[in-house]
Order: sequence, then structure tokens, then C-alpha cells
Amino acid sequence: MTLAAQIQVRLDGFDLDVSFTAAPGRVLAVVGPNGAGKTTTLRALQGTVALDGGRIELAGSVLDDPGARAFVVPEARRVGMVHQDLLLFPHLSARDNVAFGLRAQGVAKAEARRRADEQLAALGLAAQAGSRPSALSGGQAQRVALLRALVTQPDLLLLDEPLAALDPTVRGDTRRDLRRTLRTFSGIAIVVTHDPIDALTLADDVVVIEHGRVAQTGTLAEVTSRPRSRHVAELLGTNLIQGVATGTEVQTGGTVIHLADAAEGDVFVTIPPSAVALHTAEPEGSARNRWPMTVASIEPSGERMRIRLDGPLPLVAEITTASLAVLQLQSGTEVWASVKATELHAYPR
Amino acid sequence: MSVRRSLLALFAGIALLLAACGSSGGSEASDTTKAPSSGGGATTTEAPLEGEITVSAAASLTESFTDIGAAFEEEHPGTKVTFTFDSSGTLSQQILDGAPVDVFASADEKNMEKLTDAGLVKGEPAVFAQNQLVIVTKPGNPEGIESLADLADAGIISLCGEDVPCGKFAGEALENAGVTIPEGSVTRGQNVKATLAAVTEGDAVAGIVYVTDAIAAGDAVDTVAIPADENVIATYPVAVLTDTQDAALASAFVDYVSSEEGQAVLEERGFLPPA
Amino acid sequence: MLLAAVVALLLFALPLIGLLQRADWGNLLDDLRSPTSTAAMRLSIETSLMATVLAVALGMPLAWVLARTDIPGKAAVRALVLLPMVLPPVVGGVALLSAFSRRSPLGSWLYDVFGIQLTFSPAGVVLAEAFVAMPFFVITVEAALRGLDARYEQVAAGLGASPTQVFRRVTLPLIAPAVAAGAILSWARALGEFGATITFAGNIAGRTRTLPLAIYLQLESDPESAIALSLVLLLVSFAVLVGLRDRWLGGARR
Repeated sequence: MTLAAQIQVRLDGFDLDVSFTAAPGRVLAVVGPNGAGKTTTLRALQGTVALDGGRIELAGSVLDDPGARAFVVPEARRVGMVHQDLLLFPHLSARDNVAFGLRAQGVAKAEARRRADEQLAALGLAAQAGSRPSALSGGQAQRVALLRALVTQPDLLLLDEPLAALDPTVRGDTRRDLRRTLRTFSGIAIVVTHDPIDALTLADDVVVIEHGRVAQTGTLAEVTSRPRSRHVAELLGTNLIQGVATGTEVQTGGTVIHLADAAEGDVFVTIPPSAVALHTAEPEGSARNRWPMTVASIEPSGERMRIRLDGPLPLVAEITTASLAVLQLQSGTEVWASVKATELHAYPR
Repeated sequence: MSVRRSLLALFAGIALLLAACGSSGGSEASDTTKAPSSGGGATTTEAPLEGEITVSAAASLTESFTDIGAAFEEEHPGTKVTFTFDSSGTLSQQILDGAPVDVFASADEKNMEKLTDAGLVKGEPAVFAQNQLVIVTKPGNPEGIESLADLADAGIISLCGEDVPCGKFAGEALENAGVTIPEGSVTRGQNVKATLAAVTEGDAVAGIVYVTDAIAAGDAVDTVAIPADENVIATYPVAVLTDTQDAALASAFVDYVSSEEGQAVLEERGFLPPA
Repeated sequence: MLLAAVVALLLFALPLIGLLQRADWGNLLDDLRSPTSTAAMRLSIETSLMATVLAVALGMPLAWVLARTDIPGKAAVRALVLLPMVLPPVVGGVALLSAFSRRSPLGSWLYDVFGIQLTFSPAGVVLAEAFVAMPFFVITVEAALRGLDARYEQVAAGLGASPTQVFRRVTLPLIAPAVAAGAILSWARALGEFGATITFAGNIAGRTRTLPLAIYLQLESDPESAIALSLVLLLVSFAVLVGLRDRWLGGARR
């Protein structure tokens, strides 16, 4: 019941070549910057884009294999999709939207509607069953779209930025509902998202796609603790530095980072922004990692402030608003940044 | 915005004004010599004729009057004759509605009477030609039509509308012959040329038109004569209209139609001389 | 802008008001009840409705092809379909004659093999009317199909619907207002058709003499009757067109 995908697509000068697998009962998050190829990947799985090379096999049947001239049209694939724009049929009620897939399979109208009502009631939408999509709130519409895709019990469920269109105030509730629903889904769920919280909340496994290639795969824990790409690092809001380690020293771009534990060879080093301390003058003390920096930009982040720094190595620091006031930082101010070696984490690249 | 509004109002006003002007009277005549004349009789003037006139003539006069018009213009350089050909009924109605026409030539006296009764005719109309009816069929006469009686069950027959002179006369001829064509087999044309076209271009099996139209159609049709005791004579009057802007030129044209030259053209085209 | 619109409105309204004014209201019903009048009215209604059905049945696939496919020479196809809108109707009639008269290859084959003659027949009237009316339907529906988000159809396919199911349950309902508007416009055009009808189907009482032909024929002999018939045409068309909601003409908007 697994998905084995080797997707090679050339489209408008864009070259996508990714391979990954996904297992049923697990949620795979596909993350990556804009234009990386995430949507094209979804469309290849759905069948609206045909492969130029590679192979897609789902639950034992081949969906697309250009080499063997095999191609299953979208309507014959057991793949459900929730679009970013939801695309609920505007002329049908919520009930009929959900029932649509069943009726397409030949289920009688009354029976299809009954089952649709059941599903809607289970998500607390019984009162909205007769409403048109235009009368639904963002969160309600999203749930209806999800039910519509799930009601045909697909082997593979694709979700394209499922929460992007929602008001931030309802996003949290809807995300929780989505998580709950996906947990009960027995097939394979793939979620494309930009939002790190979505990925962190919903995913069991992660595939990172950058520039049409897979930058990293693994479980959520693996990927977040050892990010191997700038994108994931940014996703997680952490600093990611590449360098060459010899013992407890890491050479990177002419600067040395001091580690607590020894390492050898090519490494990634993560530095949590909250571990970067800022000083107006060169600090005293035991921190062996200290560099003169210039403030590039200051952004609020939640209740704290994120400071982008230019210097021997690019760093983002996170400090309290109070500290910002004390340091009197502005764009262009010169500061010293220091990090305790014990706060760094290095791992092979 | 207000400037645009004023401009629009101005244009609208001018448009309405032009429309009002255009409908009454006729177009301004170019300089002409107005000789004192009453329509009908020949008038000699010393100054050469020039100017433009409009002539409404029955459709059956299409070829002959076009020839006559060209000859007239050649004889009187500087003149121009413009024709409108249609059924006499349509044309007389247009004139009654105020169409700016100088001369009217009808295929029957009834339509001319409508105009004289309305006081629109200058002087007396003059009969200038006569015509007769003939049956036309597709080339080769595939249905083997030999008389009016054969028309009753030959297929779709093309006749002029009942109020078009040739349609009225066709009805009379059929009555004279004691023939009734079922209504479901009769297609009616708005004028004699359209009636003819139904046979030459369309699928009508046969039709009844004037002898002159059959001659004008040449090889496109075969003809079957209608015996004299069944046939109908159509009398063609012509007259100058009171609304004419150039009575001298209009009279000259009417005279020309009845002159030796005009009559020669009409005879060549198959018309009978005015009785 | 408003002033120009008023002038335009007068252009339409004045002739119609003039017609209402000229009518002999006293004898109107008698004029209308005459056998010639009732025959013409019945024939007009029957043929215009059938022509509309034909226009919809043939026009729908045409509109689909023009809106959704990428066949080579599509611009030429569209121009061909819209040609009857631009041609003088009599020219359309002449064109139909050259294609379907008994002297044409197709027409003679139809007659020899099936005994069918389209000229001078009610079927010929329907054909002539459909010829001039169909472009109105195609142009209306094509615009609606273009304006329709094609992704809805992709979603439906993704849910397992076959192409027929997609068309029936998603596409058609979403363009239904445009289909209705297109059909009504076609019907109105078919009802008023004169030139192509008289040229191709002729002018046979009870068989091809539709209302416009009857009016024309009676204009000199019996103007009152002609005007009475004109009023019927005017009022029926007006009533139907008033029902044409402007939201239908604007495309499928909810």
C-alpha cells in the first residue's frame, strides 16, 4: 500500500527530478521554497502532469511509467486532492460536494447523500450540510473540501497548502482538526506546505525539495534536528552553517567556530538564534566563539526580536525587546556576537 | 466631463436636425433649367438638358429601362438617370410614403391610379408599352409542361405575390384557363425578378412571369406560351410626379420613353407596343 | 454618457412606438384571427422552436471545441461559425441554395435516395433559421465556457467522474444561465428571420410563409393586417427578451 515515486518532469524550462517513498498511515510533508517543484510533484502524482521519466507506483499498481508507456488518467487513480483554493463546486451544497465522488463511483444519490451527511456530522458540520460553499466560513469550507477528497477512500491523499487561505485566528483550530482527521486516515497523506508549524504539527516524515531536487528526506525528528538545507533551517528558524571540522574547530569561510565535542570532515553546524548573545563591546568570559558583526535588519518575531547580522559568518540572533532597548541597536550598529560552544550542534554533512 | 456632454448634445441635435431635413422634400437639385411645361407633351427648350432624376420602375422594366436610361444620357450629356426597380405595388407605396421620385413607370394601371387619386401625378399618365405572361420552366422542360393546366400538379410553382401586378394577372390567366394550383404548391415572390429567380436559382419547377422577363433570362429557362384567350395583357403607364425637383428633365425622359428610340428598345426586349 | 444612452434608446423606442400608434386597435383581433395570420403565427412558432433546438444541439459541441481545445486553424473555424451573423441574410439563403437545392450534389442525392427536398419545405425554413441563429448561441456559450475556471472540471475528474459526468454535473450547471441566454437569443433571431427563409424555403402559405414573410407580403395589400402581425412579433419577442436576466448575459456569476 506504499507509494514509490520517481518523478522526472521537464516543464517550461524547469527540471524536476525527485524520488521518495511514503507509507500508509503516515503523513509526509513536502517542504521547500517557492518554485522548487512541490506543486509539480503533486500534479504528477495526481495525473494532471505526465512524467517525462521515472515511475509512480501506488499500492502495487503503476500509475505512470513513460518507459513502459503506462499512464493512468486522473479519474482512474485512487488519489484524492485538496487544492489550495479548495475549489468546492459553487453550484452544489456542502452535502452534494462531499457526495460527488461517491456518485461518480456509481453510488445512488440518496445513499451518497446519507453518507455525506454522516461525514459532515462527524466533523461538526451537520448544520452546514445544505449550504452553498459561498455561505461557509474558511474553516468550514476547508473541512468540506477535505471530506470531499476522503469520502472515496483514496489510497493517496494530497493536500496543497491546506491552511494557507485561512484567517490566522482559525488556523490553529483547523490545523488541530486536520491533524486529527489525518491520524484516522488509513492511506498515505502528503501535505505540501510553507508554514513550519504546519509541518511540525502534521508531519511524520519530511521531504525537502529545492531547485527541483530532493535536498533531504527523513522523519520529522531527523530533519528538524539535523537540517541539511538552508530552507529547512529557515523553516525552523535556526542558523545553519557549513564547514570542515578538525577536532573541535570548524573552518568556515575564513572563520573558526569552536565546538564542545570533536568532529571530523564536512559538517553542518546549527546555532539556535536564542543562543547568540549580543554585546556592545568585545565580551569577556569563556565564550570562545565571538565575532564582530553589523546589524543588517531587525524584525519582531512573536514576543522577541530577530536580529540579522552581517559579519565573518551570517547569523540570526533572537533577543528580548528589553535587551534591544538596552543595546540601542539599529540597522548598521556594530555589535559583538558570542555563542557558547555547548550551545552549538555539529553533525556530518 | 461637461464639455463632452455639450459636444454629445450638439451632435445629437445635429443628427436629429439632419434627419428632419432629409425626410421632407427631396435633395437639393443641382442647377437646372426650369422650363415651363406640363408633363406628357413634348417640350423644346433652347438650353441643353442637364441634371439628375430618379425613376421608379416596375421590375419587369429592369433591362429595357436600363438601356433607355443609358441612351438618354448619351443623347443628353450632363444628365443622369437613377433607377429603382421593384414591384409596382412596393414602389407606389414608397411614393405615397413620400419617397423623393421624379418619374414612376408601373406594370399596371391600378398602381398608377393610387398615385393620381392622391394627387401625386403631374398631368396625365401615358401608356408606353404592353406585356404578356408566359410560363417559364427549367431548361429542357423536364416536367413536360405544355399548358397552364399542367401547372396544377407539376410541383412547386413560382408566382408573384397576389398584389404584385404579374401575380394578379397570373391569377386571372389561371382563372381564364379554369386551373387551380393548390396553395401548398405555390411560392410567392415579392417582385417578378424574385419570382423568376425561384425557377432559375431555386427549386421551383415552373413559374409565370412576363414574356420580357423570360427573354431577359435567355438560356436559363425554357418557355411555354399561354394561348391568347387565356393570357392577360398588362398595360404599362408612365408619369412625371408632382414632387419632381426637375420637371423639364423628368418630362424629357418620359417623352423619350414614348419616342421612336425608346419604343425600339422596348420592342427589342419583347414588349408589345402600347395599344 | 447618460445623454448618449438616451439618444440610443430613442433610436430603438421611436420606431416601435410609431408601430403601436399606427395599429388599428379596433380590428386587431379580427386581423389576427384570419386563417392566413394564424397559419403564419403557428408556422413561425414551430419552426423557430425547432431551429433553436437544432442550434443548441449543434452549437454546444462547437462552443466546447472553440473554448476548450487547441485544434489547428481554430480562428478560421470561429470565423466560419460567426459568418452568418455578418452576411446579409439573403446571401445566406443563396449559400444554402447552392449547398442544398436539388441541383446541388448533396441536394440531388438527398432527393434521389431519400425523396427529401429541403427547399420550399418547413424543414428548409428550420434550416434557414438555424443557419442564422446558431452563431448567437455559440458565441454566448463559448464566452461562458472560457470564463469558467477549468480547474473545477479537473477536480471533478480527480474525484473519479468520467468526461460525460464532468460535463453533465459540473460544466453544464455552471454555464446553464449562458446556455439559456444563448438559446433565447437564437430563438429571437430565428423568429425574425426573413431573407434566408424567403430565398431558400420560398414563400408558400401554410408551409413556409412565416410571420415576417406574411407581414412583408401584406404590407401593400392589407397594411392593417401587416401591422397587426408586426405587433404580435414585437410583443412576443419583447416579452421573452424582458425575461432575459442581465445576469445571464454577463456569464455564469452567482
